[in-house]
Amino acid sequence: MLNGTRRFGALAIAAALFASACSSAGASPTPAPAATPAPATPTPAAMDTSSAAPGTPAATPAPTVNCVTGSITTSGSTALQPLVDAAAKQYAKACAGATITVNGGGSGTGLSQVAQGAVQIGDSDVTAESKLATPDASKLVDHVVARQGWIVVTNKDVTVTNLTTQQNIDIWTGKVKNWKDVGGPDMPIVLIFRPASSGTRATFKKLVLGGATEATGGQNVTQDSNGAVTTAITKTDGSVSVIGFAYYDDPANKPLLNGLQLDGVDATVANMAGGTYKLAADGHMYTNGQPSGLTAAFLAYMMGPEVQGTLIPSLSYAPVVK
Amino acid sequence: MTATASSAGSGSRGPSPSLRHRRSSGSILADRAATVVLWGTGIFVLLLLGAIILHFAVAAWGVVSPSFVLNDPSDSALGGIMPVLWNSLYMLALTMLIAIPVGLLGGIYMSEYAGDNPITSAIRFAEEAISSVPSIVVGLFGLILFVDNFHMGFTALGGALALTLFNLPLMTRLSEQALRAVPQDERSASLALGATKWQTIRHVVVPLAIPGLVTGVILTAGRVFGEAAVLLFTSGIGTPAHYDFANLDLTNPASPWSPFRPATTLSVYIWKLQSEGLGAFKNQIIDGSAAILISMVLIFNLGARLVGRLLTRRLTAA
Amino acid sequence: MAQLTSANRMAGLRAAPSFAERIDLPQRVVFLAAASMIGIVILLLGFITWQGLQLFLKDGVPVTQVLSTTWQPDSTSPDVTFGLLPFIAGTVFVTAVALLISTPLSVGLALFLSEVAPRWARAIVQPALEIFVGIPSVVWGWLGITILVPFLSDTFHHDFVLSLPVVGEVFRAPGFLTGFSWLAGSLVLSIMVLPTITSVSFDAFRAIPQELRTGSLALGTTRWQTIRHILIPAALPGVLTAVVLGMTRAAGEALAVQMVIGNSPMMPQAISQPVTTLTSQITLDMGNTVFGEPWQDALWTMSLVLLIISITSVVLVRVINKRRMAS
Repeated sequence: MLNGTRRFGALAIAAALFASACSSAGASPTPAPAATPAPATPTPAAMDTSSAAPGTPAATPAPTVNCVTGSITTSGSTALQPLVDAAAKQYAKACAGATITVNGGGSGTGLSQVAQGAVQIGDSDVTAESKLATPDASKLVDHVVARQGWIVVTNKDVTVTNLTTQQNIDIWTGKVKNWKDVGGPDMPIVLIFRPASSGTRATFKKLVLGGATEATGGQNVTQDSNGAVTTAITKTDGSVSVIGFAYYDDPANKPLLNGLQLDGVDATVANMAGGTYKLAADGHMYTNGQPSGLTAAFLAYMMGPEVQGTLIPSLSYAPVVK
Repeated sequence: MTATASSAGSGSRGPSPSLRHRRSSGSILADRAATVVLWGTGIFVLLLLGAIILHFAVAAWGVVSPSFVLNDPSDSALGGIMPVLWNSLYMLALTMLIAIPVGLLGGIYMSEYAGDNPITSAIRFAEEAISSVPSIVVGLFGLILFVDNFHMGFTALGGALALTLFNLPLMTRLSEQALRAVPQDERSASLALGATKWQTIRHVVVPLAIPGLVTGVILTAGRVFGEAAVLLFTSGIGTPAHYDFANLDLTNPASPWSPFRPATTLSVYIWKLQSEGLGAFKNQIIDGSAAILISMVLIFNLGARLVGRLLTRRLTAA
Repeated sequence: MAQLTSANRMAGLRAAPSFAERIDLPQRVVFLAAASMIGIVILLLGFITWQGLQLFLKDGVPVTQVLSTTWQPDSTSPDVTFGLLPFIAGTVFVTAVALLISTPLSVGLALFLSEVAPRWARAIVQPALEIFVGIPSVVWGWLGITILVPFLSDTFHHDFVLSLPVVGEVFRAPGFLTGFSWLAGSLVLSIMVLPTITSVSFDAFRAIPQELRTGSLALGTTRWQTIRHILIPAALPGVLTAVVLGMTRAAGEALAVQMVIGNSPMMPQAISQPVTTLTSQITLDMGNTVFGEPWQDALWTMSLVLLIISITSVVLVRVINKRRMAS
């Protein structure tokens, strides 16, 4: 029976794969001979981009887009990545001949690589001055493209709906160890940190904890990304962490998490834009010297109405240009 | 498990196969128990593998389909993994393009020329040393050499080079083994006919070793295909764009054929999705991608066996 | 002794470059291909060592501080401290428990394959092991987070398990508040190194001459007695080699471990608690730090430690095998 199951599983996967491998082998050259600009494939891509930004009218003519051909690469902050990625796709759709490759890797990677000239744009959650040595940092030109916010989230079984700044300090420094002390159920608190090097942790430490040193030891976990944090929170009773708005608002994550108010203020884009919600920071895109060509055109596009007016709110960031 | 544990530890008690250990009812019982436990380990491994395969077969049911393999990723729907699967195959090809010739030539040296001297043992030591270096350290080496020192940024070429140096020892060792397996008589016969050493190697030894060499290549390929830690730091973790396969300009980073572009492979894509993925279909896409990775491993393994056997049959028949 | 012949060969090569050039050139090419690995090792050692020493050379961090247990790399914190001991200890402990789980299982499996299994069983189990080798580490990590971690926190969260006599002792006190733990990391690693230890031990058992087995059985011993008193002692150096190779692989594994161990930068306390390792901290912080900042230099020092561990293990394997040759 054991072998039967195993063989069945192996066969099922192998069969599915063979079928797909054959068809992929047959299909990957297909777009190549089609010298006409590949009629079948652009359609799904186009659908993707428009559905990524539900607010965008499906067939927006793009009169304001300054199209420059060429190819650039950005790398860095994973918190900004969904926005830069969606904007890059939209720009490439509007401008044939422009390719913008968006890489993650983290804010440090973005700053290092743009300073080295390995990429044209480095995305960062934190300022270059806070990370790079002065000679490198002063070469870089800062472009603030959006405001990004973070929200304190807990496992669904924690019935708390609001934490004050002081309660947050007590929890994250390890003074309060049980949810019942902040009005929740009798359940131990499990802290899920972001890595100390991350922009999220630095921002939270500065704006909410007032620089207080976080608790160490015990059952506290560190997870390196929004996705890993979300997984950890759903699987761990009594856990609490901090994630970006874009990830919290994602339909896959929101039902799994209990999002908290901060000092009684709802964690919404409107409150962040209005300045009442304080756990927010600028999203930076750095260039090495003044940008030119496609880099300049893409940064201008980031500041234009398509991105600032429509794309940014739809992805749970706040615009910097009204 | 406790029984085998004691077996592993008992070696230290001293090798004394004396006549004391005659068959008694106790020793026969112990023998029976040991047999059961040892069979248990075999069954455990099969059960575990069966469970893993079954898990992904179930999880990937309804996810993996031709359109999943052939479509671009989508933010709002299941979409597909075509660009990252393409990158995996592309990186594999690029890596093997460098690793096969260098590894085969190195294997020829180690099997046919290397004497018992300090240089040979230095090469052997290097071979073992590289194989033992953690993949993440190789990735960091690639980061500092290609990305930072050469200011290349994340590129497919940097990733393939890092993968090559990571897999060169394996490729060399497998080639050497395949070449050594060729009977000495074949070489003597060729040399006796007046062929030079190189002619003998080229026209006699290498052709006879082909089944073993092919197996070696496929096994190395399987390892390259699943590697992620090396590539995180060398070829990048991007969001795959739509690839225009008609663009054959190798120097243009927009072309999917170009080695000078970041290339997120399937394994790195799983890593990216679990860490920063968005969308309601995230977990399905991970499961589907993992199922495809595992199937590829199955295919590489079965392929290595099958091709090796077929080639042996054909070559020995000829 | 044998160096003489090779010296002759090398001398012959150099003395007569024009003689049979057609034979000479291929030999040079194949030699270069093989020797390229020496070049790779020198480059690798050079770059990683140079970067790994920057923490001491450029940032002036004393060695004593690096050997402390406090990891406080944030430049905004009042007392910046680069203690790497929690990561080294985490790597050692997580690896040790993984080997403790994996070694008996793997050696048992190797014995099964070489001594007990009929042909057909071997024909099934051996390919299965090869497939294990091929499963990518991200897939192991994904299985770890989705299945193992919730299983640990759900199963060993409750008191009734903790009150059991033996199990309770192992899963003592804190319980698995969260499944992200030392044990989760060790379990994932134990499966990942199983094929390595098994196949190398298997080779060691196969290398034992058949006469030893028949001789022992002729004396009237059972198969198990033969295994215990003849085969295991005879194969011990090979099994040790297997364990060292498994250790190297476990200590260097990054992604799968990072996904399940919880990455708490502190000394390992209990098997049910989160810990961290060298590899997981590197994956965690590398992307968030910039090139040349002391924090990243500390990560390069960690990778230097990893490199030292792996080179040491290569030397260790050589020593073990040399002993075997000698005895």
